[in-house]
Amino acid sequence: MTDTLLTVRNLRVTYPGDDGDFRAVRNVSFSVGRERLGIVGESGSGKSTTGRAIMGLVPPPGRVEADALRLGETDLLKTSERQFRRLRGRRIAMVLQDPKYSLDPVMSVGQQIAETHRTHVRAGQRAARQAALDMLAAVHIRDPERVYNLYPHQVSGGMGQRVMIAMMLIAGPDLLIADEPTSALDVTVQQQVLVILDEMVRSRGMGLILISHNLHLVSAFCDRVLVMYAGQVVETCEASRLGEARHPYTQGLLAALPELGHRRAELPQLRRDPAWLEDIVPA
Amino acid sequence: MSATASTGRTEISAEWGRRVAAPIRRVASVLGSVSLTFLGLTVVTFIIGRVIPIDPVLAIVGDKASREVYDRVREQLGLNKPLLVQYWDYLMRVLHGNFGTSVMTSRPVLTDLLSVFPATVELSILALIIGVAGGIPLGVVAATHRGRWQDQAIRFGSLLGYSMPVFWLGLVGLLAFYAKLGWVNGPGRIDVAFDDMVTPVTGMVTIDSLIAGEYEVFWNALSHLVLPASILGYISLAYVARMTRSFMLGQLRQEYVLATLAKGLSPWRVVWVHALGNVWVQLLTVIALTFGSLLEGAVLTETVFAWPGLGMYMKNSLFAADLNAVLGGTVVIGIVYIGLNMLTDLLYPLVDPRARDQR
Repeated sequence: MTDTLLTVRNLRVTYPGDDGDFRAVRNVSFSVGRERLGIVGESGSGKSTTGRAIMGLVPPPGRVEADALRLGETDLLKTSERQFRRLRGRRIAMVLQDPKYSLDPVMSVGQQIAETHRTHVRAGQRAARQAALDMLAAVHIRDPERVYNLYPHQVSGGMGQRVMIAMMLIAGPDLLIADEPTSALDVTVQQQVLVILDEMVRSRGMGLILISHNLHLVSAFCDRVLVMYAGQVVETCEASRLGEARHPYTQGLLAALPELGHRRAELPQLRRDPAWLEDIVPA
Repeated sequence: MSATASTGRTEISAEWGRRVAAPIRRVASVLGSVSLTFLGLTVVTFIIGRVIPIDPVLAIVGDKASREVYDRVREQLGLNKPLLVQYWDYLMRVLHGNFGTSVMTSRPVLTDLLSVFPATVELSILALIIGVAGGIPLGVVAATHRGRWQDQAIRFGSLLGYSMPVFWLGLVGLLAFYAKLGWVNGPGRIDVAFDDMVTPVTGMVTIDSLIAGEYEVFWNALSHLVLPASILGYISLAYVARMTRSFMLGQLRQEYVLATLAKGLSPWRVVWVHALGNVWVQLLTVIALTFGSLLEGAVLTETVFAWPGLGMYMKNSLFAADLNAVLGGTVVIGIVYIGLNMLTDLLYPLVDPRARDQR
């Protein structure tokens, strides 16, 4: 991995609360090159918050700290909000879970794609429209001219997510964070969207962080996998070697997965051990 | 070939259905519900007219009239007919704009209403403009600065607008801006010197004077208008700001706000274009209702400012037990609300694409 797109060292995200701070992300470190990195974990494990911290979109009063947080050569910790805006969409972008909620319901999908373009590229209305139409075609939408004028409630989930991908990739970022991009979709459409995502990432030589709670999906789709638990990375491994995972949490997760063709009387329940937290948190 | 041709046709008919048929169906359904509401309104005013312990015959003949005179007038008024027939007659009269004669002014109620309503409309429009133009931005700023001093100040200001009695505000306003500072003209619509100087076209003095090119009259009328309109506007503003704030807070929690920020848009654009675009959908009803309550005639404000509008007319008619005038005014207020509701229904598709597809 000569070409590191993102370096994260000891990332911490804290939300101040009435009874002490809540540490949503605790000393997470990893780096991403032009590859597909999966982050798996259960709800509340801090995987989405990690993605948002990288985007600089942790809502106040949340606090983001890190020893290092670099996007290529850019130090994100020293980036002003104004400069950060130019990075978002242009160099790093994010696809959210459910297109039903993540697209503005009162603006046509084409305009929403063109809007990203015009935010980052000096372009007239006509040029931005053409760029958006090309982008819709690139995510395999058959009739871009028609879809351009549709509103989010008029498109299906699969098409909505492709619109979302088009909207996030139109300004040519090199890193995409996909936060549960297929969880809200029908199973049959999930694969379709993943294939398009994969194609876009490969053809553009981008890096991808795929955040998911779906172990199967992540291990099949990604090159490397980060397993998060309670705001920490408990295990990092090659996706193909997830079966050899050593951490009891990962092993537990894998054991709890049902398999077709293997009859089992009872699926083992995941046992969480408080000690997992202690041995990783540095003093 | 034939397959493409037929798909082409279905597309055209689908397009036709969306562009032409749907709006027509929409207008038709709105008109249908409007007529029903109007019928309901006339039933209510008719019943009020029968139930209220004011004898319309006595109001005309006086209590010293003989039995025969009383009966004759009663017959002339149609009060001896069956109730349903009376209602039918009443409905026909209302549909023809005949609300009877006002006892107080001895003119047809319709003539009275046509002369007082424009004064209220004039006041209401300016108040609504102040309320909307001020309330929406303030509500947005309060929402985006939630919990900070801007929010606290705006919420405090709204609370004042809510809770201060309007007649008190009016008197203090007159004392300060008219009596002490002399910035504005006092009560009334226009100085006596300018009375009847312009021919009424709309009945709104400011607009009529502009049409006539009488700028001196215009400035005089505007100076009379500005204080009562500001006070009513402030109350509307307080309400609009409060609603905008809460709608905006709801929108800022939505996922699309995060997505638009992730695209690299400025928070300014996210708030004022995307979130506010969605707030409008909810705000439309609020604005329509605010306008409705303004058009009802602000009784207290119109009284304090001697503003000859609907509110003052209704108040005077009520005190004079002038039933025709009161019921006529009630029908007008009802029609105003029905009209505003209809307008809102028809405007929804403009701000909300989801409403365009509904049948």
